[in-house]
Amino acid sequence: MNPRSRTADVLSRVFTGGTGTVYALLLIIFTVIFFVNASFLEPPSLMAFLKNAAPLVLLAIGQYFVIASGELDLSVGSLVGAQVVIAARLIDGEESRTVPVLLLMLAFGVLVGLVNGLVTTLLKVQSLITTLGMMLVLFGAVRFWTGGAPTGALSDAFRQPGRGGIDMPVVRQLPWALLILIGFVVLAIVLMRSSFGKTLIATGDNDRAASFSGVRVWQVRTTAFVLSSVMATFAAILIGGFAGVTAQVGQGLEFSAITAVVLGGVVLGGGRGTVIGAMGGALALQALFTLFNQLALPSTLRPSVQGVIIIAAVAYAAREHARPRPAKPPPKAEQSPRTTAITN
Amino acid sequence: MSQSVRTSRPTGTPSWRLGPTELVYVALLGLVLAGGVLVAVQGQNLFSTANLVDMLTRSSLLGFIAIGQTFAILCRSMDLSVGYVVALTSLVAATTMDGDPGRIPLGIVAVLLVAGAVGLVNGLVIAVLRVNPFIATLGMGLIIKGYLDTQYQGPAGRVPSEFQQFGYTRIGFVPLSTAVMLALAVAGIIYLRRSRTGYHMFAVGGNVEVARMSGIRTGRVLVTAHVLCAMCAGIAGLLIAARFSVGDPRVADNLYELDSIAAVVLGGTLLLGGRGGIGGTVGGVLILAVLDTVFNIMQVDPFFKDVLRGVIIVAAVAIYARRQLDRQARRIRFDDGGGGGDSRADKSPPGAPVRAGERGGDR
Repeated sequence: MNPRSRTADVLSRVFTGGTGTVYALLLIIFTVIFFVNASFLEPPSLMAFLKNAAPLVLLAIGQYFVIASGELDLSVGSLVGAQVVIAARLIDGEESRTVPVLLLMLAFGVLVGLVNGLVTTLLKVQSLITTLGMMLVLFGAVRFWTGGAPTGALSDAFRQPGRGGIDMPVVRQLPWALLILIGFVVLAIVLMRSSFGKTLIATGDNDRAASFSGVRVWQVRTTAFVLSSVMATFAAILIGGFAGVTAQVGQGLEFSAITAVVLGGVVLGGGRGTVIGAMGGALALQALFTLFNQLALPSTLRPSVQGVIIIAAVAYAAREHARPRPAKPPPKAEQSPRTTAITN
Repeated sequence: MSQSVRTSRPTGTPSWRLGPTELVYVALLGLVLAGGVLVAVQGQNLFSTANLVDMLTRSSLLGFIAIGQTFAILCRSMDLSVGYVVALTSLVAATTMDGDPGRIPLGIVAVLLVAGAVGLVNGLVIAVLRVNPFIATLGMGLIIKGYLDTQYQGPAGRVPSEFQQFGYTRIGFVPLSTAVMLALAVAGIIYLRRSRTGYHMFAVGGNVEVARMSGIRTGRVLVTAHVLCAMCAGIAGLLIAARFSVGDPRVADNLYELDSIAAVVLGGTLLLGGRGGIGGTVGGVLILAVLDTVFNIMQVDPFFKDVLRGVIIVAAVAIYARRQLDRQARRIRFDDGGGGGDSRADKSPPGAPVRAGERGGDR
């Protein structure tokens, strides 16, 4: 391959609105941040950035599985809120309860994902409605249980993953959150390269074709929902440790996660996009929020920018997606003269 | 609105099968009876004037939004920005009127224009830029949210007392706002059944490609649906302004967009478009309102109410889905055309868009 076509190849990857594009975008945002505030790229503040971004990346990975399988999970935001409140209430400041409660939270996450998945696949309720219902149920149930305001306290051990880290020379502190994040990133990539990942994409692309090829569509989708809820549980552990317990924890996170995934070039409706792109989307979104802080813009403007970006990203991807379509008719037109030539 | 169902019902189908709209009202009736009994057990009367007024008042606000949402969902689209449009237009109304009765018409016109403009942008982004409706309207909602949060810290503007009558006047036990909502519903039903664009909405929702090839300007239909949807949300904003006597950015926190989608789907309209109608939506809104009133009388914990509502919405949609699967399994399609009811003809989307609405909910 000559260098010219290689650069063309790289360029086309960057501009096709897929995984490459989002990392190019991330690079641009980082560059802008660097010009606004050069100290941002020093290792300690970079570590702080990754620590902040970790929960959103985890949620984006979870949401990716669901979106790639052709569904949608709106319940992750209230699941994060529910998990944090459950942890605070059950641990109630006692160190010894940390591990049992963590296991319980994990079980609860799996349960929520199972219910989401089975209601969607077996009862044939659209996932938008299923997870909307789950969102209402979790939101109401947790407040009903705690009487409106969260009670109890998290233990120090529980808060370690979200706020603590290993002290190191260069980066000052290597956050546990980052290590956890890296672990899940590797797991997610391995999973998407396994046969499960392939069937997941096939299911999202065309569930009927997938089921004719022997995929148990309901199992794949249910697994995707379970993975999403489990990722939300881990995100809740990080957020709880980092930010503590409030009634508003988790609000709006489902839409942030969907924004991140879509920004990463994953197509709503399933079958397109990579998990690496989804992570890039989450990082780009978080970097954008950081840029906002650096520019001292009012944080109330955040949603507006998020809105513009999500529309622009999808419109851009749709434009690129639509491009091959006009190319289809020419072969037909080319074919007809040839056939006439033969008959002549 | 089961117009699509009637056209090709095979003669062999038992006649006791109800159309989706009728089913909604049967469910509503059952709910009212069950609620009445439950309330009566507690020694109260669900049908007292106060309770009826409460029920109908609750239904009007969500009714406006859900009627609009029906247009969008029928076209296989949806509008997640309506909650923010309601908040925005309540502020537009209150600040434009600013306590001056002479400016009421101006306020109403301003609201409809602003709402229409939002709907227009939504529709254009979806139809021209080909952005997924979920993303397009979610983004629009976020944009409005950012504007509201930055511009307004709390309630603003003032609504003249004459306009507040829209929120409080009653004709017998029917609040004026509910009467207006029902009138709008009737207008919407006539629009969907009698106008060309209304008919085209079913076609676009059923199968957009087929609709386009049949000569329908699908983009225009989609944009019209979104403009109507946003304008209905604008009317809801007017109602909020009349009730609160100020415009309030915080009403966007009430998640009206999700409630309205729930009401539409509860009313038997397919989330995948092409089938359903406003009659069912009003039924869905009334179901939610009756539930709320019954919960209130029985003093159910407000948070537990959310749990019950979530479960009921999902359960209702599951029941609809089950019915549609049944129907799909039993129906012999094209029995008059001699094509037979082989599985392929049964599953693949047929040519006629109105008939396409007959497909089950399993895409």
